[in-house]
Amino acid sequence: MPIVWYVVVSALVFCIGTYGVLTRRNPLVILLCLELMLNASNLALIAFARQHGNADGQIFAIIVLVVAACEVTIGLGLIVALYRRRLPIDVDQMNELQG
Amino acid sequence: MSSVVFFVAAIGVLAGAIGVVVLANPFYSVLALVAHLISLAALFLLLRAEFVAAAQVVVYAGAVMVLYVFVVAYVGGQDQPVRSSGPGLRLIAALFGAALLCELWIAVIGSSLKSLTEHGAPYTPGFGSPSQIGQLLLTRFLEPFEVASFLLLVAAVGAVILARRRRGLGDEDEERLPGFPAISVAEVLSGRVPTGSMAEAAGLGYEVGESAAGTRRQARGGW
Repeated sequence: MPIVWYVVVSALVFCIGTYGVLTRRNPLVILLCLELMLNASNLALIAFARQHGNADGQIFAIIVLVVAACEVTIGLGLIVALYRRRLPIDVDQMNELQG
Repeated sequence: MSSVVFFVAAIGVLAGAIGVVVLANPFYSVLALVAHLISLAALFLLLRAEFVAAAQVVVYAGAVMVLYVFVVAYVGGQDQPVRSSGPGLRLIAALFGAALLCELWIAVIGSSLKSLTEHGAPYTPGFGSPSQIGQLLLTRFLEPFEVASFLLLVAAVGAVILARRRRGLGDEDEERLPGFPAISVAEVLSGRVPTGSMAEAAGLGYEVGESAAGTRRQARGGW
């Protein structure tokens, strides 16, 4: 398949993820949508690595994978902490820092 | 053959992504993401990224998603109304997504890279294999590799600190912190002091006199 097809799939997934981040209110689902966006960027990186026949892009994708895992860990820790404080699991109601 | 695999996998990727965004129950969203990740691994295999595909399935679709499922089960996968703050915001979000797609589309077309419409560089044996990736990670990319491992350590410690069970509410923490003399080891061992342990959460090691409500409040932890 021409490389451009992979880039198109990546762009579509990225836009779907953006839409999810903007509309959903449950922080768990927002984290999932962030994963979607990171995965889309991974797909683009790997597609370009294939295009150039250079494995550097794959290393980049692996590092993105690691950063995504860290982000998930911290995000889920925050959600558990929210739950322990009996706060609503809803980003629209987490506005105490809003000033 | 490869184009058939591509289209099947791409449909799986897009369906999984839409499922994550549309499904109301977070648990089903997680399952949709697993399907998305596995289809994505198929695309990675088509792009000759064997190691990344394997890592994706094992680490992501395996470990990270199990973490998600645990947290969804803990927090309670309550059916959240998909409704966002209002139809206005949803419209704006859709417009923003569409604008982003147009922008990316223009970027792809406008780059006018001839090689984008070709099948990529000729395949050399060993491209993307674990041995090549490992060699790169330990020679040219040693620094990012080490930084990534340190980042993982920081994230693990941070998650433990964020999600740990704390004694009482914030004020009690504050007043016991300065001098430490409030709790002695003997008291902890005799079970008179809430220690924030799992045994305590299970209702063991408590004074009999304490009211059930107090027990629950303490056992659930404040933070």
